[in-house]
Amino acid sequence: MAKTRSNNDKIVNRTTPGPRGPRPGGSHGGRFAPAYKPKAAKTTLKRLWAYLSKQKVILFTVFLIVMVSSILDLIGPFLIGKAIDEYIVPQDFEGLFWLTLLMVGIYLLAALSTYFKNYLMVGVSLETVKTLRRDLFNKLQTLPLAFFDRRPHGELMSRLINDVDNINNTLNSCITSVFASLITLAGALVMMLYLSPLLTLVSITIIPLMFLLTRKITGYTRRLFSEQQALLGDLNGIIEETISGQKVVKVFNRENECLQEFGEHNDQLKRVGTRAQIFSGLIGPLMNLLNNLSFALVVIVGGLLVIKGSITVGVIVSFTNYVRYFTRPLNELANQFNMIQSAIAGAERVFEILDEKPEPEDYPLADQLQKIRGEVRFKDVSFSYKEGEPVLKNIDFEVKPGQVIALVGPTGVGKTTIINLLARFYDVDEGAILLDGKDLRKVKRANLRSALGIVLQDTYLFAETVRENIRYGRLDATDEEVEQAAKLANAEQFILRLPQGYETMLTEDGGNLSQGQRQLLAIARAILADPYILILDEATSSVDTRTEAHIQEAMLKLMEGRTSFVIAHRLNTVRNADLILVINNGEIIERGDHRELIEQKGFYQELYSSQFR
Amino acid sequence: MFRLLKYLKPYWKMAALAPILMVVEVIGDLTQPAIMAKIIDQGVSQGNLTLVFKYGLIMIGIALVGLIGGWGCTAASSIASINFGTDLRYEVYKKIQDFSFANLDRFKTESLITRLTNDVMQFQNIVMMSLRMLVRAPLLCIGGLVMVFVINIKMASILAVAVPLLFLSATFIIRKGFPLFNIVQQRLDKINGVIRDNLSGVRVVKAFVREDLEKKRFTKANNEQVRINMKAARLMMLIQPIMMIIMNLSVVAVLWFGGKQVAKGSLMVGEIIALINYFGRVLFSFMMVTFMLTGVSRAKVSADRINEVLEAKVEITDLPGASAEPIKEGSVVFEDVTFKYHGASGEPMLKNISFKAQPGEVVAILGATGSGKSTLVNLMPRLYDTTAGKILIDGRDIRSIKLRTLREGVSIVLQDSILFSGSIKDNIRWGKKDASDEEVISAAKAAQAHDFIMSLSDGYETQLGQRGVNLSGGQKQRLAIARAIIKKPPILILDDSTSAVDLKTEYLIQQALKEEMKETTCFIIAQRISSVLDADQILILDKGRIAGKGNHQKLLATNPIYQDIYWSQLEQGSVVNG
Repeated sequence: MAKTRSNNDKIVNRTTPGPRGPRPGGSHGGRFAPAYKPKAAKTTLKRLWAYLSKQKVILFTVFLIVMVSSILDLIGPFLIGKAIDEYIVPQDFEGLFWLTLLMVGIYLLAALSTYFKNYLMVGVSLETVKTLRRDLFNKLQTLPLAFFDRRPHGELMSRLINDVDNINNTLNSCITSVFASLITLAGALVMMLYLSPLLTLVSITIIPLMFLLTRKITGYTRRLFSEQQALLGDLNGIIEETISGQKVVKVFNRENECLQEFGEHNDQLKRVGTRAQIFSGLIGPLMNLLNNLSFALVVIVGGLLVIKGSITVGVIVSFTNYVRYFTRPLNELANQFNMIQSAIAGAERVFEILDEKPEPEDYPLADQLQKIRGEVRFKDVSFSYKEGEPVLKNIDFEVKPGQVIALVGPTGVGKTTIINLLARFYDVDEGAILLDGKDLRKVKRANLRSALGIVLQDTYLFAETVRENIRYGRLDATDEEVEQAAKLANAEQFILRLPQGYETMLTEDGGNLSQGQRQLLAIARAILADPYILILDEATSSVDTRTEAHIQEAMLKLMEGRTSFVIAHRLNTVRNADLILVINNGEIIERGDHRELIEQKGFYQELYSSQFR
Repeated sequence: MFRLLKYLKPYWKMAALAPILMVVEVIGDLTQPAIMAKIIDQGVSQGNLTLVFKYGLIMIGIALVGLIGGWGCTAASSIASINFGTDLRYEVYKKIQDFSFANLDRFKTESLITRLTNDVMQFQNIVMMSLRMLVRAPLLCIGGLVMVFVINIKMASILAVAVPLLFLSATFIIRKGFPLFNIVQQRLDKINGVIRDNLSGVRVVKAFVREDLEKKRFTKANNEQVRINMKAARLMMLIQPIMMIIMNLSVVAVLWFGGKQVAKGSLMVGEIIALINYFGRVLFSFMMVTFMLTGVSRAKVSADRINEVLEAKVEITDLPGASAEPIKEGSVVFEDVTFKYHGASGEPMLKNISFKAQPGEVVAILGATGSGKSTLVNLMPRLYDTTAGKILIDGRDIRSIKLRTLREGVSIVLQDSILFSGSIKDNIRWGKKDASDEEVISAAKAAQAHDFIMSLSDGYETQLGQRGVNLSGGQKQRLAIARAIIKKPPILILDDSTSAVDLKTEYLIQQALKEEMKETTCFIIAQRISSVLDADQILILDKGRIAGKGNHQKLLATNPIYQDIYWSQLEQGSVVNG
């Protein structure tokens, strides 16, 4: 076995089906696979090691095995040469028998150790990935809402999936092969020197040339590839945008414009992509040429030496093999360097999330509220999401247990923010919020939130059954209780019409339900939760008014005896509130009950009459 | 899968050149060991230095030719496959542009995007690999076999054992492994699902304090995926050592049996070396063929997904002889229209809908969620085609009008207000490409968007992110309205397009529309009675049928559903009239 490896190996690596099948070329994993470079490789490596080091013993074993298998691998060519020189040429068959037997043993051992090495290493890398993923996910659970508002979800997904996957692949294939490459490199060199120092010198002359050429070419192609990557990102962006907006494209007859824009980018990508491929394609054949060149040199010089009698034919045979063993890991190391680099960059992005600041710890002596009466007081509260752009200014009001408070005002004036503060999704900048006289910041967050029942403006449903989605409100609820809650929310009617009733699986975010139906489920969820304080943030905005009237009934029952906050556009839903706060530009501009506010003939009255002209 | 290869046709010269050049490289590769054997047997062993030199030079010459062949093949296959991929992607995109709404509903956005990006790329790569390797590997394999037979037939029998052994073990493992990888993929999708739930639903998770539950869900999905993945990976890992063993043991066999033949004088030492070399090549390329085939079988999945798009039947197209005569008046007549979503079972969405709308009228459509309001308006610009009955605009059957012309005349603001990256001005100009700045501003003013646009730092030049992410829901809706009214269409449809706008703004928009678009026939889908009070005609939809028709006074007097809606919104006895 000999001289065909270097060029083919790379290709086999690419076509070997990995966990997600073949990954040809550069199109790895996600749609946007940016070509990245790590910023602080050293610290990242250290942290990655912290994960790996949990399996130090196994890793150490793997390294031992790698060492053994690399050495066994190296012995092969030596023995072939020996077989020819010492047994076949002199026709010593007994010796040949023992030698071949030895070789069989060595090859079996090598194969076995290869398997064990891989077996152990996949364990190490997958366990590491598992822990990394788990840590990431658990970290996400501790992060404040602001974090999720700030980051595009697609990008976060790509960190959790693609980057971690990237780390897995690299750990799995690179660590052992880098180590193996190094050992093989050193071993081959030793063997070469042992066989013939002169031939070693001859064959090594080619290496600087190799390096120079590869560097020249990769330097050029790297630019082309990053340009290609950028163009690919653009093209994917166009695809993503126009395909998800395809209905609008149709409605406005914009098909041709879109096609044209797409076509231009598509062609641009083609041009750069082809050039990148052609130039990078030069490396393989060029290496092949250089290998053959050094091979020819070795044979010619070796031939001279044999004729002079200073070496034997077998030495040439062994030697040409070792030259392969020497140049192959060099190529591999160069390849792996790129892979490792991109994995480190991926790890960096992963650690960036792990380093995010979590929601502040609960106050050390935080109280565990037992029975909550539901007295809420906003004391001069101010808040801004972004510094210098206040959303709420000096909000001050008081709610007695059991009262219904309505928050009214145009869109974007801070109504939802008040709710966000009450649930401590965010903490107030100035002032304080008191619940039953206690500062919210001194109450355990989990304790506070489980006392609240929130039906949000855009409700989220999970890819689970309808039943489980409702049960999300209270995990220990029985089936009967779930159904009871659905009935109260007026949701049962449509649920029973679904193909599998309560057991119907929802697609992601309840995609197979209408906006109105989703909100009914969210309301059922809150009913089931049976909270001390109820918060309805535009809970019925997408439900038609007749259905809303039915829900209202259930809502009224639910609100009975509980402090309730209601945000609504439709003012008739808030008319019965004990206290209506009219908010504009982050301030309370009017307050009172419905009649008082109408009589004031202010903003509320204007809003109200615009609704019922 | 092979149907897609027709896109390779324009580049057939390059596609043919690649394998031919590959043959050059392979021949070079195959002659090397033979030459080496000659160098050793005839040159070195005989002490013939000139022969050593001569063959050495030939070897380098062949390597040079091999370089040209190898690089040429790479270049030709790159040109062919990238052009192929580019054209294919273009065709798929073009096809999607022709899709009807029904097609779009069926395929789902996310899956269309994956097909356009991943699947096309996968297939392009496979074409590239095939042009290079599918020729190289079998050639090397066959060529190697031929050389082995030429050198020594008896030694070839070793291969007769090794090759089937290799083939059997590889296919066995792959057969077992691939189903596992499918499971791995499914489990990964599950992890994705949990993560997505926790990103998009983070407010719900936090509000219900379900962090621990979610952690449990994730841990379960995570552990399960890793477990299966480990199993699959460890199975596939068997291939490498087995291949190593078979290859190396055949080498040992060559040494042993070859050694004996050397003793008999029927084989030379150099030939043993060449044999070992060829054995390596044959077995190695054999493995590659196996892998390639599995790669191709996976590419078939991509190809099928692409074909599904390319071969999808587009239901809504221009009929032959459709007219391009623009719509002028804007009168609309529904004649006994029935509609059922393609492939949907059960009751039709709309049943026997008939009504007339005069040019310039405002028609409001009211009804419960799911009563068919959106479906009804979607029929007018032929986003869907009626199942029975017909729709006339300006007295012409809409199917006799070119789609472009029809949609030019019927402007619809969809429920989801999707904007595109680019400036606000560009987005409004979507409605009318050549609109002047004044037109843009006046459309924005009518849609009550001007003020908030001016409050942004760059005004009309403000760049929007993808899908307009940096705007609030109400702002997006107002831009979507501006975009639709800028072309002053004869017919305008607002499909619940002010749901995120507060009441006062909604009222102002309606007033502006009334003033600026007197000629336009307006269809308004609304939830609130207040939005429809002034409509010339109100249609009440109930379970897909028209349950009432008329203006506010008439319906309030006669229609029980309308009364019901009215009272539910105003509550008994407390009508506040402004």
